[in-house]
Amino acid sequence: MFRRAKEAGTARVSLSVDGRPIAAEAGDSVAAALLAAGITACRTTPVSGAPRAPYCMMGVCFECLVTIDGIGSRQACLTPVRDGMRIETQQGRREAGR
Amino acid sequence: MSAAIRESCDLAVIGAGPAGLAAAATAARLGLDTVLFDEQPAPGGQIYRAITETPLSERGVLGEDYWHGGALLEPFFQSGAQYVPGATVWSVTREGEIGVSVAGAARLLQARHVILATGALERPFPIPGWTLPGVMTCGAAQILLKSSGLVAAGQVVLAGSGPLLWLIAAQYLRAGGEIAALLDTTPSANWSAALPHLPGFLASSYLAKGMKLVREVKRRVKVIAHVASLAAIGGDRVEEVAYRVFGGSETRMPVDTLLLHQGVVPNINLSTAIGCAHGWDPAQLCFTPVSDEWGMSSLDGIAIAGDGAGISGALAAEHRGRLAGLDAARRLGRIGDDARDRAATPHRTALARAERGRRFLDRLYRPAEAFRLPAPETLACRCEEVTAQQVQEAVALGVQGPNQLKSFLRCGMGPCQGRLCGLTVTELIAKARGVPPGAVGYYRLRPPVKPITLAELASLPRGEAAEKAVVRG
Amino acid sequence: MRSPDVIVIGGGLHGCSAALHLARRGVKVQVLEKDYAGRHASGVNAGGVRRLGRHVAEIPLSVASMELWHRIRDLVDDDCGFESNGQVKVAENEAELALLAQRVAEARALGFSHEELIDRQQMRAVLPAVAEHCTGAIYCRDDGAANPYRTTLAFRRAAERAGARIAEGVRVTGVSREGRGWRVETADGTAHRAAVIVNCAGAWADRVAAALGESAPVLPSAFMLMISNRLEHFVKPVVGAAGRPLSFKQFANGTVLIGGGYKGSLDRDANWTELDFRGLAESAKTVWDLFPIMRGAQIMRAWAGIEARMPDDIPVLGPSSTEEGAFHAFGFSGHGFQLGPISGAIMAELVVTGRTNLPIEPFRINRFGAS
Repeated sequence: MFRRAKEAGTARVSLSVDGRPIAAEAGDSVAAALLAAGITACRTTPVSGAPRAPYCMMGVCFECLVTIDGIGSRQACLTPVRDGMRIETQQGRREAGR
Repeated sequence: MSAAIRESCDLAVIGAGPAGLAAAATAARLGLDTVLFDEQPAPGGQIYRAITETPLSERGVLGEDYWHGGALLEPFFQSGAQYVPGATVWSVTREGEIGVSVAGAARLLQARHVILATGALERPFPIPGWTLPGVMTCGAAQILLKSSGLVAAGQVVLAGSGPLLWLIAAQYLRAGGEIAALLDTTPSANWSAALPHLPGFLASSYLAKGMKLVREVKRRVKVIAHVASLAAIGGDRVEEVAYRVFGGSETRMPVDTLLLHQGVVPNINLSTAIGCAHGWDPAQLCFTPVSDEWGMSSLDGIAIAGDGAGISGALAAEHRGRLAGLDAARRLGRIGDDARDRAATPHRTALARAERGRRFLDRLYRPAEAFRLPAPETLACRCEEVTAQQVQEAVALGVQGPNQLKSFLRCGMGPCQGRLCGLTVTELIAKARGVPPGAVGYYRLRPPVKPITLAELASLPRGEAAEKAVVRG
Repeated sequence: MRSPDVIVIGGGLHGCSAALHLARRGVKVQVLEKDYAGRHASGVNAGGVRRLGRHVAEIPLSVASMELWHRIRDLVDDDCGFESNGQVKVAENEAELALLAQRVAEARALGFSHEELIDRQQMRAVLPAVAEHCTGAIYCRDDGAANPYRTTLAFRRAAERAGARIAEGVRVTGVSREGRGWRVETADGTAHRAAVIVNCAGAWADRVAAALGESAPVLPSAFMLMISNRLEHFVKPVVGAAGRPLSFKQFANGTVLIGGGYKGSLDRDANWTELDFRGLAESAKTVWDLFPIMRGAQIMRAWAGIEARMPDDIPVLGPSSTEEGAFHAFGFSGHGFQLGPISGAIMAELVVTGRTNLPIEPFRINRFGAS
């Protein structure tokens, strides 16, 4: 659970996560937007199905993998939000063909 | 800003933290055709993350050490170097060929000289439950604060050891965040062990700054010292943190966000994949690339500057960056030896000053073995979910090192390519074999040092070299 | 301590296989390996276990080796990760299919029936995910794949259990005659002696051959491989392509291995290989064309081992042409993994009885003409 201590004063951005709309600020990474929206886990692992969430926020841990606009296993912490972005949390193995 | 990637340049610098910005600026001002690649959308690396865009405009929150980073930007942008943000470098060869992707398109670029400035990453902190949602690094919390003005709500606990722990705690409090407790895992024995290095520390700026930070935090946060064990407990996310003070019994606290930190270590994935020689640093308990006083690695034409060459902090990084930039200019014939050495003198003096006191900090905040060698059931490798016990069992079967381990277990074969398990696995094997970590070695890494999509790879421009490289079989 | 009867130079799959078969015949064997068993080509190849598409000279050996693979657990007390889901070589147009048909006919004329020509419909039944434009294929239903490092290790262990000694980190620096036997010097200053030597030194085998006065034009080669992230299962057999280099296999954990013969560069004295991403890009394009379902995949890692290629792409296998008591098994040119079980058996037969039933004439070391 995260809250805004300071608004960026930048444009509001809306994106969808598994079909549900969330709000973010321009300049947020997708990972930051997910955490700000109270989303606890962004994926489950392909090995055991355990829930995982962003851990390092700097592109090193690869925990924040989500599907963005149809392309899977993207690092949410390295991707800036864009209005209209479609995020899908990943369950286990990423489907081939996406 | 999107920049077309050229096919060649004099100098490629990888990483836009203090070392990279300073190196690129120095070299470009001396006339080298310089390109700076960085994965983030804005410059600053991690220590000066979001310095051009942070919502935390009130300078007192992040502190003057952070805002100092701004001084690196103007010289860089004025230098004539090309800046390519959002660029993931996935390969560098010994001959200076860079493989890089920007916006889903992969390209190859030939550089005559390369400076790696990829900095540091947090030392792994493998405690039980460290993979639960809600457990993050302190650095992650700091990035969320700097980039998006976000603080963790509810019960927030910080745990670990090191100067950054106190800095992050202080920044959090100033930003209006609340911290329920700070669990300090610094072993009490470290204080006496660090004493021999005290004079250097007393003469440095760390003493005053450090004491101020600690006082500021202790005024408002419950600090529990000498924590000897930690565990994150929960089902789908972390719900409690369990800890034991040295000699005490287990205590549990409810927690919504658990932030871990026990120092930073060089990010050696790129330097290892290129084939640079590395050595085990017994003082800093990590692998460090071999480099000379200009940052030149064991491979001619590949230099390393900043924390990626050895942890020395942000100020030392920028001075090392300038030295590497000067040496690049000398090696490519822009300036002679004398001019390089003369220009280097003030940077060497500044570097020595910046490094004062660090040996004390290194020894004081040397993480306890209990937090480097996880308990048997704890995950050593997060990506592939391999426990410490599984690693130990493989050693009992005859595995000598992390590369042979890959045939039994998938440690190091996940997407992070060992960034979060490499040191743990090396130390586990070393301990099980009864040899020093340097004798065990590290994962043998190859490019791509970050995953590259099949689409990106297929989009690489064809070359006639590919035709000749084929073997019909 | 009695000195060994046979010194095997090189502890890869072929060296360990030779050691195993010799030890099982009661021969005292010492293997000298400069790094560790499976460090090079043996441990890092694509793991293909195939008879499909072999050079005609290799077919009898490959067929014999395949029988050993299907009983590999009996041989080395480990299943080596061997799976037999078949191998398929696809044609992308009618011309390629015609060549495949010709190939199958030639093999049959020689008495080999392991290769079946299958039409488009049959191919799509076996490879539902293959691209629409593929016209047909050759199918070897009992071919498959195994885990290369695990296999090499299994042979090594079995050899040791049978009484062979394997020394690792021991680099041979000199080979010379001593009386009627051999003196083999290693970098640590030790002199090893034996009546017989077997040269399984892979990409370094030309140096051993040279010490015997033989010239073998070994071309050290770094064949590149890459592996994807975990994907949903979509292909069971190992797949190759008639018209372009490809070796394509999906593991049980969902990752897909892509190889095929594109080469990087190497420094065999530094144990160093350098990947060439232009070649990997060609591999990627091949996969893009042949398996559209892979278009969203990520490449997680790439690597290249150090292999020995011979100019005619078949190994050197047989006795020395200049010296008594010396034998060669090297130069497998990127497809020696499947031949590992049989090459050791052939070496043991040659050493102990002086002959072998399998036709190894085409593999003689002195076939390369005047140097």
